Amino acid sequence: MAHVQGLRCRECGRDYDIAPIFTCEWCFGPLEVTYDYEAITAAVSREGIADGPASIWRYADLLPVERGHAVDLGAGFTPLVRADRLAAALGLGEVWVKNDTLNPTNSFKDRVASVALSKALEFGFKTAACASTGNLANSVAAHAARAGLRSYVFIPSNLERAKVVTTAVYGGNVVAIEGNYDDVNRLCAELAGTYKWAFVNVNVRPFYAEGSKTLAYETAEQLGWETPDHVVVPVASGSLLTKIRKGFDELHHVGLLDHEPEVRVSGAQALGCSPVATAFLDQSDTIRPVKPDTIAKSLAIGNPADGYFALDAVRQTGGGLAAVSDGEVVEGIQLLARTEGIFAETAGGVTVASLKRLAEEGVVTRDERVVIYITGLGLKTLDAVEQVAGPTATIRPTLDAFHEAFDPDQIEE
Amino acid sequence: MAVTVRIPTQLRELSGGDSELALEGKTVAEILGALEERHPGFAERLHDDNGNLRRFVNVFVADEDIRFLQGVDTAVTDGQTVSIVPAVAGG
Repeated sequence: MAHVQGLRCRECGRDYDIAPIFTCEWCFGPLEVTYDYEAITAAVSREGIADGPASIWRYADLLPVERGHAVDLGAGFTPLVRADRLAAALGLGEVWVKNDTLNPTNSFKDRVASVALSKALEFGFKTAACASTGNLANSVAAHAARAGLRSYVFIPSNLERAKVVTTAVYGGNVVAIEGNYDDVNRLCAELAGTYKWAFVNVNVRPFYAEGSKTLAYETAEQLGWETPDHVVVPVASGSLLTKIRKGFDELHHVGLLDHEPEVRVSGAQALGCSPVATAFLDQSDTIRPVKPDTIAKSLAIGNPADGYFALDAVRQTGGGLAAVSDGEVVEGIQLLARTEGIFAETAGGVTVASLKRLAEEGVVTRDERVVIYITGLGLKTLDAVEQVAGPTATIRPTLDAFHEAFDPDQIEE
Repeated sequence: MAVTVRIPTQLRELSGGDSELALEGKTVAEILGALEERHPGFAERLHDDNGNLRRFVNVFVADEDIRFLQGVDTAVTDGQTVSIVPAVAGG
C-alpha cells in the first residue's frame, strides 16, 4: 500500500489533503506529495523489491498510488548499459546509459503516465487528459486505452508526424493547438478548471511527477545499490531532473543505500529553448521564459514549471547546465547510435551533446561514474536525422555495381 | 471602456465569485492596484514580501506573458484583457 501523508506546497510549506489539486491556494506554488518515511522504511527491502515486477511497480511502496489500482503497460526497469565506447569518444572513464527508449511507448513518460492514470482511477475520473510535446501524448493515449478511460490529448500543431500518428492510433481525442507548448499548457490550465478530467500534468501533476523518481531507484538498484557520482538529465519542465535527485535521496532515507548519496546533477537543454541553462550560466535567480525554437521539440518548454527547483538541484549538488545547438543535437544522436547502438530522439541528442560539452568544460570528470538518461526513441524524430542518415549507396543488383560504389581494394573484412 | 481582468478560479473567493472584472489603469501595476482597491486581499496573494509578483504567478496582457513585455510596467489600453494565470504546470 501507499504511504502517503498528504500534499505540501514547495514554496510556502502549507499542507493539503490528498486530492486532484496541484497548486497552493495561497501562493500558487506547486504541491508535492509527502510520505510517511518511517512506514516505508519498515516496509521496503532490497529483497522485496527484487521479487517485485520488472516495472516501476516494484517500487510501489515509494509511489503515491494504492496497490491494486495500477494502470500498467510494463513501464520501467529499462536497461542500464555500460557505455565504454561512448566514454572513450568523450575522454571519460565510466559512463552508463539508462536506455528509457525501451518503454512501452518508447519514452520515460510511461513511468509518469502509469502513475498518473493509476491515481486517476483511484480518484474516480473517467477521462484522462494532458498537455504534451509528444511523448506524453503517446503514453497517456496508450495507458488510457489500457485502462478503458476516455482521453483528450493536447499537442502543438507543429509536432513531428510520428508523434501524432503514434498517439492517434490509440483512439482517444488528439487536439492539435495552433501555438507552442506553452500556449497548449495555458489552455489546459483553463480546461482543467472547467472539466472534471484527470489532467495528468495539471491537476494530477503532484502524483504524476513522482513516477520519474523510479529512474533513480532503478539506476541505484542496477548499480548494485550504489549511486552514480554524476547524472546528466534533459531539462524541459525541470521535473525529471528534480525527481531523479529526490529519488536517490529517498533511497537513502528509507535505508536501501549503505552510504548517503553524493550525486552531482547536471542538466541538458537545447540552445533554442534554454531558460534554465541561461539562468544558471548568467548566475541569475530569475528564470525568464523564452519562445522555443529548436528541433528538440520534446524539450521545447519555454516557461518551465519546475525550472527553479531544477536550478536549485544543479547548484546544490555542484552540477552544471549546458545549452547545445541543433547541430550538436544531431551529432549527439549520431554519436550515441554509432558508439552504443542506441537510437535516441532529439532529447537524447541534447543529453549526449551536453555530456560532451560538460566533459570539455571539466564539469563532468574522468574519475566519475556518470549516468546519462536517454528518455525517448529516435524513431519518433526521424526528421531530425533524415538528412544525415541514408543509404551509403544505391546501386543495381550486380557485383560490378557494388565495386563501382566500393573500391574492392578498400573493402575491409 | 475599461480593461477586462480575468480572475482565476483560485482567487474568485476574493472577487465575490466574479471571473471577470472591468478595471481602469494604464499599466499592469495600476490595474493590479485597482484590483486591490476594489477587492482587498488580492495584493498579498499575488505579491511576495518584497512586493514583487510571486514567481508562480503569470500575468498576460492580450495573451502575451508580461515577462516578454515590460513586466508590471507593461502598458494596457482600453478593451484589452489582462489574465492572471497561477502556476503554469505541464511538462
